[in-house]
Amino acid sequence: MKSIIRNVLPAEALPSYRLRLADALPWLVALGAFFMFDTYMSLGAQILIMVIFGISLDLALGFAGINTLGHAAFFGVGAYAAGYYSLHVSAEPLSGLLVAALAAGVIGLLSGWLLLRTSGLALLMLTMVTTVVLHEVANTWRDVTGGADGLSGIETSPLLGTFAFDLYGKTAYLYALAVLFVVFIAMRVIVNSPFGLAIRGIRENSKRMLLVGTPVHAKLILAYTLSAAIAGIAGALSAEITRTVGLDLLSFQLSGNILIMLIIGGVGRLYGAFIGIPLYMLLLDRAAAIDPFHWMFFVGIALILLVRFAPGGLLALAQQLRQRLVLRLTTPVKENK
Amino acid sequence: MFSRFVVSCISLLFDGLAFGMVLFLISIGMSITMGVMRVVNLAHCGFAMIGGYLAFMLMTQAHLPFAAAVPLAVLGTMLLGALLERTVYAWIYAQSELGQVLMTIGLTFVMIATANAMFGSTVQNIPVPAALHGTYQLGAISLPVYRLFLIAVSCVCAAGIWYVLERTQVGAKLRAAVDNVRMAACIGMNVKAFFGITFAIGCGFAGLGGALGADMFPLEPYYALNYLVLVLIVVSVGGLGSIKGTLIAALTLGMIDTLGRYFVPGAGGLVIYLATLVLLLLRPQGLYGKKMS
Repeated sequence: MKSIIRNVLPAEALPSYRLRLADALPWLVALGAFFMFDTYMSLGAQILIMVIFGISLDLALGFAGINTLGHAAFFGVGAYAAGYYSLHVSAEPLSGLLVAALAAGVIGLLSGWLLLRTSGLALLMLTMVTTVVLHEVANTWRDVTGGADGLSGIETSPLLGTFAFDLYGKTAYLYALAVLFVVFIAMRVIVNSPFGLAIRGIRENSKRMLLVGTPVHAKLILAYTLSAAIAGIAGALSAEITRTVGLDLLSFQLSGNILIMLIIGGVGRLYGAFIGIPLYMLLLDRAAAIDPFHWMFFVGIALILLVRFAPGGLLALAQQLRQRLVLRLTTPVKENK
Repeated sequence: MFSRFVVSCISLLFDGLAFGMVLFLISIGMSITMGVMRVVNLAHCGFAMIGGYLAFMLMTQAHLPFAAAVPLAVLGTMLLGALLERTVYAWIYAQSELGQVLMTIGLTFVMIATANAMFGSTVQNIPVPAALHGTYQLGAISLPVYRLFLIAVSCVCAAGIWYVLERTQVGAKLRAAVDNVRMAACIGMNVKAFFGITFAIGCGFAGLGGALGADMFPLEPYYALNYLVLVLIVVSVGGLGSIKGTLIAALTLGMIDTLGRYFVPGAGGLVIYLATLVLLLLRPQGLYGKKMS
């Protein structure tokens, strides 16, 4: 089976333990945005939430090579779990995140155990149908999920008992940024661990990994479960910050959108989500104000061209250009000698 | 009281049949192209939408009669399908499954945006000729004539596809290509041209479904995405490349959906999707699909 990300990841593209100066860049930009664009905090928080969601998809899709069209399932389950927890148990936000991660993780474990026997087209269909089933469950199970109305009136008590969520979304933004930071560090550790190497190996050649004695199915389930739990955290953040949960969080459209955003940035690189998601959402915010349909036209064209000419996303494209530039700068010198 | 229940049941089943038959028309092309060319074509519903809009345009702007507009719309969809197959799809074939998904989603977006730019975002109705209005009375049961016409057309199409595939040399070649593309090319089949024609015909059936089924599948720009999940379920449950499977899946889905919507609102979808999930887990290749290597 061909993989979209194979052969586009030279060794140096893999995130390593060694931190470089550039690793500080996204965080500086995020903090800078907090001080410079303080009227756009709610959009900023939305972007940060989607970046967490994108990172979770990157773990499943980019690192473990699990083709999925149904990642919104875990985002939605996390959001509903956090919403329900907040309405009926406690409005404390941090424990809400844990509850959501647990709920989404359990769903990820169960569905992963069932679904990951298949691959390719069947897996794409099954992940999609799983999301649709959850969507229908949420639609029908009115007592818990509120049906088509969703959950509303969610209260979120002050963070750590001191930082109240303000009207301008400043607390929400910093809260999301802090969660993103923790998630990112965890992801760095995971993908550089022996487990991370194993799932990358499975992505490249699962049969060979099986032959060298790797429990492929178990590793894939673990990767899928972790990915689901992180997606659940992103969903919980969305529920706590927007204070509503709707059926659209379990939709096929959301699964498709996060996939598109991640692919634009680049899969299997950890930083793909940091590039693709802010770019997509900021442009969408501007374009949707004018006409959402023009936006779809350009996204469609961009998607076709990107998959054709730069399957590794913008990050891979930038890297190729840099390498070509370096090559051009260094070769004439050798010829002169 | 009892007889009234039976009557309503029969008319519901009839509606379900009509719904399922349109679903079959839209899905069959996708099933064949996915089975033969191994290409995940999520833009397929877009071709149904294009067929519908072409028929709408030919009738309202060129003032053609229904009987001329629909065949012309089908022809137009086929031409567009053939054109795209030669251009964009050449890129799509070379991709992995995920790449194909993304590229065809991109193509769908372009179709949606274009449809909106040309026809606006409101639902457009395709006017039906007077001869197909009204109902046909069968004892206590009244059946809408248009639905009868719809079922008849779909049955003719299904029979035609079955005949061509099972009883002619062209069909034998196509089945050979489904079984083993490389081998078919080795014994001298022009596989590329074959794929192009098959793709265009599949688009034509989708266009027919889009044009005729506009009263059940309302024509609007998001058409191409709204029915995608339904069509994908029909195709994957039926089994890629199987006419019988697609027909059975489309009819079952149509019946359950229509009956469910009437008797247990909300739960109908759940039944369909859960059944799909279980079936695909047990048989990832679908009801009548061959095991994929």
